[in-house]
Amino acid sequence: MIEIKDVTKRYGETVVLDGVSLTIAPGGVTSVIGANGAGKSTLLSVVSRLVPADGGTVTVDGMDVATTPGDRLARRLAVLRQDNHLSVRLTVRELVAFGRFPHSGGRLTAADRDLVEEAIDYFELGDLADRHLDQLSGGQRQRAHVAMVLCQDTDYVLLDEPLNNLDMRHSVQMMRRLRRMADDYGKTVVMVVHDVNFASCHSDTIVAMKDGSVVAQGTTAEMMTPEVLNAVYDLDIDVHEIGGHRIGVYFS
Amino acid sequence: MNRHPSPGRLRAWHLAAGAVLLAVLAAGSLFVGVGDLTPAGLLGGRPGDMRLLVESRLPRLLAVLLAGTATSVAGLVMMHITGNRFVSPSTTGTGESAAFGVLLATLFAGGEAVLVKMVMAVGCALLGTFFFVWILRRLTFRDMILVPLVGIMFGGVIGAATTFFAYRADLLQSLGAWTAGDFSGVLRGRYELLWIAGAVTALGYLYADRFTVAGMGRGFAVNLGVRYDRVVNTGLVLVAVITAVVVVTVGQIPFVSLVVPNLVTLALGDNLRHALPATALAGALLVLLCDVAGRLVRFPYEIPVSTVVGVVGSVLFLALLLRGGRRMGLR
Ligand SMILES: Nc1ncnc2c1ncn2[C@@H]1O[C@H](COP(=O)(O)OP(=O)(O)OP(=O)(O)O)[C@@H](O)[C@H]1O
Ligand SMILES: [Mg+2]
Repeated sequence: MIEIKDVTKRYGETVVLDGVSLTIAPGGVTSVIGANGAGKSTLLSVVSRLVPADGGTVTVDGMDVATTPGDRLARRLAVLRQDNHLSVRLTVRELVAFGRFPHSGGRLTAADRDLVEEAIDYFELGDLADRHLDQLSGGQRQRAHVAMVLCQDTDYVLLDEPLNNLDMRHSVQMMRRLRRMADDYGKTVVMVVHDVNFASCHSDTIVAMKDGSVVAQGTTAEMMTPEVLNAVYDLDIDVHEIGGHRIGVYFS
Repeated sequence: MNRHPSPGRLRAWHLAAGAVLLAVLAAGSLFVGVGDLTPAGLLGGRPGDMRLLVESRLPRLLAVLLAGTATSVAGLVMMHITGNRFVSPSTTGTGESAAFGVLLATLFAGGEAVLVKMVMAVGCALLGTFFFVWILRRLTFRDMILVPLVGIMFGGVIGAATTFFAYRADLLQSLGAWTAGDFSGVLRGRYELLWIAGAVTALGYLYADRFTVAGMGRGFAVNLGVRYDRVVNTGLVLVAVITAVVVVTVGQIPFVSLVVPNLVTLALGDNLRHALPATALAGALLVLLCDVAGRLVRFPYEIPVSTVVGVVGSVLFLALLLRGGRRMGLR
C-alpha cells in the first residue's frame, strides 16, 4: 500500500503540491489524470524519492521513502520518469539489463538474463537489442525505457506517461502488459496518462489532479462522467458507452 | 540485415589483440634508448645489460604503462560522473591543483620527501576538483562546452598562481618537471608511487557499473538504488588521487584523459564494464607509442612525452570532433 500523507512541495513561491493525501491500495492499476502542470509528475517523483517533499510523508508498505535505504526501496518500487533523456550511450540490452541492478548488483544470473530477454521480446525490441539508444526512434526508445523499469520486477511500478511517443498498437500492448502485471502477479501499477480513454479502458481507479491537489478519485465508472471530467479539464467532454467501456469524446 | 554499426560489443578477442600488440610494443620499447641494450646481449648475460634493464628500462616501461592506464581511466570516470564528455582531469584544474600542491610541499617542506609531495598533491587535487564540481553544481546554464571552458579557466588561474609563486621562489625549473610530463627521469626507486595509481584504477573497475549508472543521471541512479552522491564522490577521489600521483612522479600528461575515453566510448558505448578495460589498454598503448616516438625522433636526444602526446592528442581530438561530433552531443 502506498500512503501519501499531507505532502507539500514548493518551488520558490509556487506551491506545486498542496497537502496531497492519497492512499493507493495494493494490486490493481491506478491512473493519474490532470492538466499540464497539475503536479502529476511531481507527485510521482516525491513518491519515488526522486524529489524530496517539503512536508508530509510517503510510505510504501510502511517504509518511509525519505528514510528507507535506496537499494532496499529499489527492489520494491520502480519508476519511469516523463523525461528519459540519456547522455550516456548504451545499447537497448544494456539499458534493460540495468533494471536488474537492484537485485543482482551487476552480476546477472541466468534468471536475470531470461527476464531481460523476455522484456526485450515483449516490447518487440529483439532486432534493436544491440543498437545504441541514440539510434532508435522516439517510440522505440520509450519502449526500451519501460522494458528496463518492468525488468526491475518490483511490487510497485510508477510510470509517468508510459504511452509517450507510442503508436496505437504499442500503446494497447503496453496497457495490456500493465493490466496483466496487476491481474496475474498482483503488482500495483500507478501511471500518469493524458488520454482519459486509456485510463478508462485499463485502470481500476482514477485519481484526478488539479493545481497541486487531488480533486477527485474513484473507480473508473465513478470518474468517467461528463461532470467529473469537465471539472478536471475545464473542457466539455461527452461520455459514451462503447463496447462495455466508457469513452470520452472531446475532439471537436 | 542490420546495417547499423554494431556497437557496444567488446569481444574477448579485441582485448586480446590489443594486449598482444601492447606486449610486443612494450618488449620492443625495452631496447630503445641511449645505453646499448640488445636481446642478444641480455641473453648472453652481459652484466651491465641486466642492470640497465632492471634499473632503468623496465621501470620506465612500467611507469609508462601505469601512467597511461590510470590517466585515461581517470578521464573516463570523470566524464561519467560529471555527465559531460569534455570534462576530464585536464579540463577541471585537477592536474594544475596537484602541481600547486607539489609547489607548496617544495616551498614549505623542502621538497625532498616524496611522500610529503604526494600528500600535498593529492590534498590540493582533491580540493581543486571538489571546488570545480561545487562551481559546476551552481552553474544554471550547464552547456556541454561551457562547463569544460569554466574548468580550463579555473585550471589556468591555478596554473598562473603556481607559476607566480614558483617564479618568486626561483623554482621555475622544478615547476617544469611537474607540469610537463616526461619519463626520461624514471629510474628504479623513483616511480613506485605509480603503483598506487594502478591500484586505484583497479579498484575503479569494481565500481564500473555504479559509475555507468551515475552517468545515466541522478534520477536513474536513485531509481536503481545507487547512492548517487557517494558514487560521484568516490569517483572524484579516484580521479584526484590518480592525477596527483602521476603529476608527482612524471608530471602532467595532457590530452590523454580526454582523448582516449572519448575514442573508446565512441566505438564501444558507455557501459564501463566494457569501456573501462578497453580504455586502460588504449591509454597504455597511446602513451607508450608517444614515449617511444619521443625517444626515437631526435635520437639520441629525447622529446618529452607531454610534447609528443600534445601533438598526437590534439590531432586525435580534432579528428574526434569532426567525425564523432554528433554522437558526442555537439551537433
Ligand atoms: N524544477 C522545477 N522548478 C520550478 N517549478 C517546477 C519545477 N518542476 C516543476 N515545476 C512546476 O510545478 C508544476 C507541476 O509540474 P509537474 O511536472 O508535476 O506537472 P505535470 O502534472 O506532470 O504536467 P504535465 O502533464 O505537463 O507533465 C508546474 O507548474 C511546473 O511549472
Ligand atoms: Mg508530467
